[in-house]
Amino acid sequence: MRTAVTVRGLTKRYGDVQAVGGIDLDIHAGEVFAILGPNGAGKSTTVEIMEGYRTRDAGEVSVLGADPGRPTREWRSRIGVVLQTSNDVAEVTVRETVRHFAGYYPNPKDPDEVIEQVGLSDKAGKRIRQLSGGQRRRVDVALGMIGGPELLFLDEPTTGFDPEARRQFWDLIQGLAHQGTTIVLTTHYLDEAEALADRVAVVAGGLIVAEGEPKTLGGRATAKAKVSWSDEGEHHTLETDTPTRTVLELTHRFDGEVPELTVTRPSLEDVYLQLIEPPA
Amino acid sequence: MTQTTARTSAPAPAAKQPSAIRLGLSRAAFETKMFFREKDAVIFTFAFPIVLLVIFGSIFADDLEGTGLNVSQLYVAGLIGSAAMTGFQNLGIGIAVDRDDGTLKRLLGTPLPRTSYFIGKALNTLVVSFFQVVILLAIGVTLFGLKLPSEVSAWLTFVWVFVLGVIGSSLLGIAVSSLPRSGKSASAVIAMPFVVLQFISGVFIPVSQLPAWLANIASFFPLKWMCQGFRSVFLGDAGATLELTKSYELDRVALILGAWVVGGLVLCLVTFRWKSRRDG
Repeated sequence: MRTAVTVRGLTKRYGDVQAVGGIDLDIHAGEVFAILGPNGAGKSTTVEIMEGYRTRDAGEVSVLGADPGRPTREWRSRIGVVLQTSNDVAEVTVRETVRHFAGYYPNPKDPDEVIEQVGLSDKAGKRIRQLSGGQRRRVDVALGMIGGPELLFLDEPTTGFDPEARRQFWDLIQGLAHQGTTIVLTTHYLDEAEALADRVAVVAGGLIVAEGEPKTLGGRATAKAKVSWSDEGEHHTLETDTPTRTVLELTHRFDGEVPELTVTRPSLEDVYLQLIEPPA
Repeated sequence: MTQTTARTSAPAPAAKQPSAIRLGLSRAAFETKMFFREKDAVIFTFAFPIVLLVIFGSIFADDLEGTGLNVSQLYVAGLIGSAAMTGFQNLGIGIAVDRDDGTLKRLLGTPLPRTSYFIGKALNTLVVSFFQVVILLAIGVTLFGLKLPSEVSAWLTFVWVFVLGVIGSSLLGIAVSSLPRSGKSASAVIAMPFVVLQFISGVFIPVSQLPAWLANIASFFPLKWMCQGFRSVFLGDAGATLELTKSYELDRVALILGAWVVGGLVLCLVTFRWKSRRDG
């Protein structure tokens, strides 16, 4: 499997604050990789170092085979960056903007196709100032992908989206991933990471505290399940490695339906919250 | 969503990057489009020198002794000087705002060379200043009896003073754009030195009426020399007696404006920041 991003022993300090304290990462070509973590955990710093926005103190970083600490035009034209916030380019239309940015790249995609892909065809002639927040975010994505990047960075892309817009956005990202674009995503939304990512890394305190597939992260798949039911108005919960057996026993005991039965495994959110909890 | 299919369209290895000059022209067109769509800014940018000219020209309509010229003609030349320096103010504020609202950060994430960004800004300024000058001349001719020079040599002087002046002050504007802490404070930070310079450089008050120390300070900056150059064009030999040295000193004008172009370029390259201060 080809590697898109390799990070070894990455550190970065701002004054007294150790923002990144030694991170190792491998992101494979063609995968969707999500980086999760609370604000100030070092995830934005890590991503911005990979994007060539920030210098690092120590460690090795290779993005598409090049050192992002010395970005070249050729390298820049192979990656796409969708930043966290932007209120720029207002009095120009969506189409004008996307066309203009297409000119920066040696092999751009067709602007109208990209506008169509982000679902803004009917807004193509509108000035960006007149768009809603979610529509502007799609313009950001259109500008990030117009160069036909091999690797696309998305920094908290759906913050402020309504649920429907978020679903549509997920479809768009999945479409890009199917075309083979490697995607590095930071997000606060665990459902987003679960829906999109092949693998996730959780960053806390400048370190990676867990890494893996969303469904197995932090031993999630093998964690004890919680079985709850009620018995004559009293609520019972049992943590067990063998929930099926517990349910079977309960079925016998109640001779049929178990009142208010639920069986749950820790959600990604449960695992995440546990992971980022500072050690007591 | 495992991704096994390799990207089919591997990057064309020898994909040619678009030329920096062509991208500069493309930026200039884009910036100019944005500028002229910002209707209120356009109206005030062009109205400001016109209003000043009409006010000053109407208040001080006296003849200048022994020259056959009147004071309002002096103002036309001075205000053309200050119009040629609008770049200082427009870029100083505009780039500070661009830096703050994410425009620059977004551009930094693309393969756009910084030279192209600068070329775009400089050409945009040249266009805006040119329109301002045309309007000022039209008003000078129709309302205040300004006589346009008929000799080719005077127009040649006009062209080089204008081009050197606009480029020099644009570069100075790009350099000072790094001074304000934020886009919001930019107009306050940049407007002050510009107004002061106008008062000590002979735009509103003839340099001969200033205390020597103020005139000395002014002579370090390009505006005084631009105004002097424009007086030579529009007041002709008759006005030379009004100058401190009884001469327009065109060789010094060329020398100092040229020095500002070179110095401004160095200053830009040394001080230019893509990111705002709080962005590290």
